[in-house]
Amino acid sequence: MAPILEVRNLTVAFDTPAGVVHAVNDVSYSIEEGETLGIVGESGSGKSVHVLAMSGLIPRPPGRIVRGEVLFQDEDLLKMSPARLRDIRGSEIGFVFQDPMTSLNPVLTVERQLVEALTRHEGLGARAARARAVELLEMVRIPDAAKRIKNYPHQFSGGMRQRVMIAIGIACRPKLLIADEATTALDVTVQAQILDLMKDLKRETGMTLVWITHDMGVVAGLSDTVQVMYAGRILERGPVDAVFASPRNAYTWGLLQSLPTAERRAAGKLHQIPGSPPDLMNPPPGDPFAPRNTFATDRCRTEVPPLRPAPGSTPDHLVAAWYDLPALLAGGTR
Amino acid sequence: MKPEILSVHDLTKIYRGATEVRAVDGVSFSIAEGEVLGLVGESGSGKSTTGRLVLRLEDPTGGTIQFDGKPIHDVSQSAMKPIRRQMQVVFQDPYAALNPRMTVGDFVGEPLLIHSVCRRGSELRDRVAELFRQVNLDPAMMKRYPHEFSGGQRQRINIARALGLRPRLIVADEPITALDVSIQAQIVNLFKELQEELGLAYLFIAHDLSMVRFLCHRVAVMLKGRIVEIAPTEALFEDPRHPYTQSLLSAIPIPDPKLERARSRINFDRDAHRFAPDDRLVEVAPGHFVMGQP
Repeated sequence: MAPILEVRNLTVAFDTPAGVVHAVNDVSYSIEEGETLGIVGESGSGKSVHVLAMSGLIPRPPGRIVRGEVLFQDEDLLKMSPARLRDIRGSEIGFVFQDPMTSLNPVLTVERQLVEALTRHEGLGARAARARAVELLEMVRIPDAAKRIKNYPHQFSGGMRQRVMIAIGIACRPKLLIADEATTALDVTVQAQILDLMKDLKRETGMTLVWITHDMGVVAGLSDTVQVMYAGRILERGPVDAVFASPRNAYTWGLLQSLPTAERRAAGKLHQIPGSPPDLMNPPPGDPFAPRNTFATDRCRTEVPPLRPAPGSTPDHLVAAWYDLPALLAGGTR
Repeated sequence: MKPEILSVHDLTKIYRGATEVRAVDGVSFSIAEGEVLGLVGESGSGKSTTGRLVLRLEDPTGGTIQFDGKPIHDVSQSAMKPIRRQMQVVFQDPYAALNPRMTVGDFVGEPLLIHSVCRRGSELRDRVAELFRQVNLDPAMMKRYPHEFSGGQRQRINIARALGLRPRLIVADEPITALDVSIQAQIVNLFKELQEELGLAYLFIAHDLSMVRFLCHRVAVMLKGRIVEIAPTEALFEDPRHPYTQSLLSAIPIPDPKLERARSRINFDRDAHRFAPDDRLVEVAPGHFVMGQP
């Protein structure tokens, strides 16, 4: 299948009074049509910034796209006119962000906001747009949709507001939906409902999904492919089963190890990754995780490892590491 | 059985405005010395308000709170001062809690001066250095300001300040929620080490149930201002009885693709749920209480 999105060497920096923040560094990957890509990382990993940058949603300045191409259906998003990009953003690429209160317009009813998107991007008449808007709210399982659609955003609970955001995100039947920490602020039971809803929607519409999160559990249940980012780089990427069963990067391994399983509860201590994420104004010279990695070699500390096939795993399992993690773990050294 | 350090009975907090909100509605629990009680629930469940009432940051509408056998629910704020020494707090946001204009050493030392535990000078410096070491921070960093520290380090600073007066109970309100995932395990381990070394009791308020399972001896689940289930940790996770607890546990994402894809959720309609007038906590197994009909 053809990739719907192809990111090539994307590099993004922010010029601040204190110095240059190297937020995204040479990120390349592609997504197949219909695929669900889970992107995991913590603050400063570049997981959110790189999608905002490719969608023209970072302020420039201070943001700056240093180089790279982002091909969406063979068209470079980074070279598009702002008008064309806006058009694609509303119709072919949908977005759902963490905080619906900042993305929804508080003074317009949910109906106005949905109808506006539908008339502008889908060319529907007012009546058809209103009918479709109600359908969309029903699709995201908002009870009593025909009535609730007349409400303003603040009249919905957090979980319901996030559903409204998803309804707007999918209103114009985007080929690609990008959700950035879309369930992070929600309670776990509401998160579970939204994740189930996303799976249903994918089955119904076949859309491609990028789900950005810090939660390994969410990624495990939702994704076909997982991509682990750190300090603006991809450290590991591959089929979700392969990566969880046999992580090849020490950061991925450390994150999975730090989760409290029954075994670790019995041990009375969680595995902990030492140190803190790097300062992106002065990133470490080699592998960005090297300063926190007990497996790091001299080469890790000086030379950035390329992302390449993980030896002995499936061909689409990629890792950026100078060390061979399974061998080190088998050797029992830490 | 160790003596109780905290005992809360029928605690109630009602906010009266345009509508009446029963934020905490007849909550009872106790914490033994050196015990960790997890208080879990979703937004609006009343778990944070319960913590604030225990700390007397807010006044309860009804019910009693006993600390070390003495009632504290109706004492004045000045009478609370000696009790505060023994009952400290760690909040969610390690950024907001710190004073940006104070060196972190002064911040950790401040309660020691307020409560006249240490004299200014070398006595204070030595004690603050000891506290820094206790939370695995280099005492050489005492002279620095909060902005020079990462989120995890700032939470360590807050914990060091809370430990200074040698409290017997720490109320921790979502202390790892705002931290990066690679840092959360560090702070949870620190809480556990300190608890074991110093014999501290915690009221650990959290929504991350897997961390609660790791750290807590007992867990109380709150729904709409009430405790619907309270039990020893493993009993609660292995054999949840209340439909809401079951729903909550079935919603925690499992970081294992095969297990997570295969599981089914248990749904519970929080909004539609109503308590019956005679609902109360019923003991279904030793120490395992569930809200229901007697």
